Amino acid sequence: MHRFANPTTFMRIANAIFPWAAGLSAVLFLIGLPVALVTSPADYQQGDSVRLFYVHVPAAWISLMVYGMMAVSSAAFLIWRHPMASVSARALAPVGAIFTALALVTGSLWGRPMWGTYWVWDARLTSELLLLFIYLGYIAIADAFEDPERGDKAAAVLGVVGSVNLPIIHFSVEWWNTLHQPSIIKMTGFTVDGSILLPLFLMLGAFTSYTIAIWVLRLRSELLAVKLRNARMSEVSLAPSLNRGAAE
Amino acid sequence: MSVFGAVLKRDLALAIRQSADSFTVLAFFAIAVVLFPLGVGPETNTLAKIAGGVLWVSALLAALLSLDRLFTVDFEDGTLDQLVLSGEPLVFVVLAKTAAHWLTTGLPLILLSPVLALTLHLPAEGYGALLTALLLGTPTVSLIGAVGAALVLGSRRGGVLLSFLVLPLYVPILIFGTLSVEAAILGVPVKATLALLGAMALFAAVLAPWAAAAALRQATE
Amino acid sequence: MDSLSTFLDMGGYAAFVWPGYGLAAIGILGLLVTTLRTLRAREKEFAGVRRNRPLSQNVGPGDDA
Repeated sequence: MHRFANPTTFMRIANAIFPWAAGLSAVLFLIGLPVALVTSPADYQQGDSVRLFYVHVPAAWISLMVYGMMAVSSAAFLIWRHPMASVSARALAPVGAIFTALALVTGSLWGRPMWGTYWVWDARLTSELLLLFIYLGYIAIADAFEDPERGDKAAAVLGVVGSVNLPIIHFSVEWWNTLHQPSIIKMTGFTVDGSILLPLFLMLGAFTSYTIAIWVLRLRSELLAVKLRNARMSEVSLAPSLNRGAAE
Repeated sequence: MSVFGAVLKRDLALAIRQSADSFTVLAFFAIAVVLFPLGVGPETNTLAKIAGGVLWVSALLAALLSLDRLFTVDFEDGTLDQLVLSGEPLVFVVLAKTAAHWLTTGLPLILLSPVLALTLHLPAEGYGALLTALLLGTPTVSLIGAVGAALVLGSRRGGVLLSFLVLPLYVPILIFGTLSVEAAILGVPVKATLALLGAMALFAAVLAPWAAAAALRQATE
Repeated sequence: MDSLSTFLDMGGYAAFVWPGYGLAAIGILGLLVTTLRTLRAREKEFAGVRRNRPLSQNVGPGDDA
């Protein structure tokens, strides 16, 4: 109960990073968006639809990065029982789910003109969809118990199990995909032109620093939620007679 | 290891006494399979093409339904608390319960599957691969399911949540299970996909009991 | 004016590029707004809790330490 009473070194580092991450993200979005939308040339094959890549690829990257962070947090929580780790995992899950959804939506919007359909069982999109389900399952279980601490623990186990499983899922989907759809979607002919690298890296940087900044904000928020819960519980324990009266 | 034997024996005895549970799972498996021809149409070629996938999906769903009860009875009557407090290695308890689950649901599902495959007009070449793939894949289903079942113990929405957590994790089994059947029908070597199923079973047998034991400890804390 | 309309047209891909960027903006800004809102609400509530029970040490006096 008292574990949250002291500011952790972790939080101090996170708070120190925050202004840099937030500032960097703002600057990179301000430079990156005009480059991505205006100054970078259209692809000679895909035309202007290539611009969707500049949100799709970063969103997909963030969806994986956040899962990685979540898996590390979960493992750290299980190994060292450090309460900050579960706060971190809780803060991350919705962020990951949102970027996974964004990667799916932008991917399918890119697919419509390129493949002629909004949804193709492409290996990457399929993996991304399964990742979304895993994120949603994680959020669901973290929130499925009367005792939030039990939710944290169960979610941590699921986070680790998921991180072991994700590469296997990706590998199996990849295998399945090559057998079922030999030629339609292969991105051959998509030569990476140098001109897409600048907007791509700007946006990757912007998304990454945004995620770090939002993570710190959510860490603070989740930490406060725990403190509030503890405060409420200690209030209850200070008034046992009141509590007993209510239970009867 | 003595815990393993004791728990396995007890669970098997319980399952035999309440054999209606196993039959319900089998009945669900049969009905789920039968729904597909009714939904897709009875055309022989179509059914033959989807037979492997239909059998696998239905088997996964049937196994999932029975997993809900894997730990709940012991959890509610306090047996689980005793097992945890006894200091016996929980990993073996999980392995024993998973083995019992597989013997009472996985194995019967495998035995029933050729009959259901018949109704789906699965080509003759597919049966061997189907049975082997199920034999190699269903233990993993039980093992991963045990982790899910342990995780949702005492949660507000057990059964649905369990399916939601575990089904994405079953994707590799479904893919390689179905691909094995398809490869056999096409006359392509099936060794690779079957070997992968076997590898996943071994992998799961090492890691899943550990994760499930951790979850059980949390549930009884 | 002309260059603006060609920009908005996105080489004929307007119907895909703009919704993509729009949804990304909604996701990114929406996440930021909801995060900040919950954070502010919790900060306010927490400040209230501390004011009411200033003697309690376990409520978390950590922020300013």
